[in-house]
Amino acid sequence: MNPPDFERIREILAGLLDVPRVDITLETSPDTVETWDSLKHLDLVLALEQELAVRFTPQEIAEMRSVERIATIVARKRLPPG
Amino acid sequence: MKLEAPITDRTQRDEIDRLIGDGRQAQAYTLLGALWRGNPGPANAGFIVSRWEKMRPIGVTVDARIAITRSFTIEPAISVLRAAAVVNGIDLTVELGGFNTYAQEILDPGSALYRLSPDIVILAIQTRDIAPDLWNDFADLSVEQCKAAIDRVSTDYRQWIEAFRRNSKATLIVHGLELPSWPSWGTLDGRLPNSQAIGIRHINDSLRQFATEQSGVYVLDYDALISRCGRQRWLDESKWQSMRMPIAADCLVHMANEWLRFIHPLTGRICKVLVTDLDNTLWGGIVGEDGIHGIALDHEYPGAAYRELQRVMLDVYQRGILLAICSKNNLEDAMQVLRENPRMLLRPQHFAAMRINWNDKAQGLREIAAELNVGTEALAFVDDNPAECERIRCTMPEVTVIELPADPMAFAATVRASPVFERLSLSAEDRNRSRYYSEERQRSELQKESASLEDFYLSLQQQIDIGPIVAETVPRVAQLTQKTNQFNLTSFRYSEQQITQLASAPGCNIMTVSARDRFGDAGLVGVAITKDVGDICEIDTFLLSCRVIGRGIETAMLAHISERAKSSGIKELSGRFIPTKKNAPARDFYASHGFLRKAEDDGEILWSREISGSGIVWPTWIQLNARRRD
Repeated sequence: MNPPDFERIREILAGLLDVPRVDITLETSPDTVETWDSLKHLDLVLALEQELAVRFTPQEIAEMRSVERIATIVARKRLPPG
Repeated sequence: MKLEAPITDRTQRDEIDRLIGDGRQAQAYTLLGALWRGNPGPANAGFIVSRWEKMRPIGVTVDARIAITRSFTIEPAISVLRAAAVVNGIDLTVELGGFNTYAQEILDPGSALYRLSPDIVILAIQTRDIAPDLWNDFADLSVEQCKAAIDRVSTDYRQWIEAFRRNSKATLIVHGLELPSWPSWGTLDGRLPNSQAIGIRHINDSLRQFATEQSGVYVLDYDALISRCGRQRWLDESKWQSMRMPIAADCLVHMANEWLRFIHPLTGRICKVLVTDLDNTLWGGIVGEDGIHGIALDHEYPGAAYRELQRVMLDVYQRGILLAICSKNNLEDAMQVLRENPRMLLRPQHFAAMRINWNDKAQGLREIAAELNVGTEALAFVDDNPAECERIRCTMPEVTVIELPADPMAFAATVRASPVFERLSLSAEDRNRSRYYSEERQRSELQKESASLEDFYLSLQQQIDIGPIVAETVPRVAQLTQKTNQFNLTSFRYSEQQITQLASAPGCNIMTVSARDRFGDAGLVGVAITKDVGDICEIDTFLLSCRVIGRGIETAMLAHISERAKSSGIKELSGRFIPTKKNAPARDFYASHGFLRKAEDDGEILWSREISGSGIVWPTWIQLNARRRD
């Protein structure tokens, strides 16, 4: 995975979920952070889309239920087409 | 690609948290503004709102309660709106109506929408939600069916707007309807009698008409907003289909900014003066080096961008906003360009004040504000130099700083995008304001020549009209209550709806005063609102525009109130003085007109005066014209 992307994901999650950056790990998920509810999830998706200049499909949005999943999906978007 | 942005954001975020931890809230607030300007949108919105909540009310001058009633998912725009407002000094509380329940919320007087008693309500409906037939199935419609659909939607809007006005005093902002990216008939839409584009525009025209018929109802041109950002970029079809969220992530900030273009004037967060730099702002290059004909200013590249910015400033000037210059330059060089360069659009007469010298610009801005009789928070400062902009942000945080971008091609749009020059109505006084200021310069010269103050007053040949409020003057009266800061005894702020209600309340009189003198017509400049309670006439509001204070008109107004009250059998006048940061010029008004101090509470003083016996003397140098009656 692209390390700058992971740092950006952490930064965005920390800001949105209002938790310290160091608390955001690959395992962070809606089960570990109370503020990560379904509306926050939509905020999170839009924040990542704006920041990384990507658009996620509905399928990807449904799968983005942990930092690790988000990072994997973002990394897939970064691959050259084909 | 903005690969550097997050690194900057991260450093800035850490710095903001450090400043908050150290108790340096004002500096942290300034950095929140820089963070937002560098990267506005959902990625920073949550952080900005959460950090600001830790330091509120630092930096905030006004607040407002907003309710949004809507036909689609708009939740993610809320934190973006709140962040954009907070860095502009506005603390917004935002409530959202239920998904697609806008009709019930508006029509039911007991709905949650009205229980929240918001100041501003936004009605956001998409064309495809309110008129699926006009949006999706348009090709199936006959000419008659199309007309019926247009009538149905227009009638719905009219009924909602009327019901809203019955149920609430809040301001209503209605989104207009947007056009489809691809018309159902394709290019044929331009040829058939049944045009989808024309049909939807027809509804928008009706909506605009309904809005002008009611007070406090405004239309947000949603289609124009989408066009400006790019229709294909705006719509996120995948999120619309999967979660009824139509606006793309990178367009949310544009939606929020468009709302703010209404919220700024509604909350009074507007600027009365645009102060501009000269070199590399009004023209390209430096006049002291390039000469008055060597600077870039033309119809073509590279000078066209600067002419375009001058055009924007002229547009701002036409709205009644004053222009001023604050520039580090040789006065003679600059004046020669203003007077003689044939490509200049702006000329010396467009500027109400000028500080062209080598002094610090913060000092120049303070002098301009003092000369124009406005507070420094009424100034917007436009400059291409980041260091000058930063200096003003740090030393005068109340000034709106509009920092021009590196590319002159983007100058004009940068100024047009600022919400502080938005106005919701334009009175005759607004349109003539700059002329008033040039007349005022002539008055100052006359005063210097006059032997005594009385001679000066007499030579002004002042005439005033005093009359009751009429429907046409309601907007100006409301505007004066909202904007008059110096000669204003109570500073009660009223909306147009509140003024209309007061005007018909029993025992309540709203008096307006218009003034002119040998130099010109100042228009409607004074308002007094009084309430007769038993045999006491209570003065609720007494204000006079700063353009005409100190020439006896305030005494004439009070004499008029006293005479009117006496003829209605009133025995006593009473009025309060409520001190604010700015109304010191009105502090001694009651004392100097024979009122006695009755009570004092927390700086607020209650004054009263018996009417029998010697009345209030009308100033002999002011002529009262025949009273206008409606």
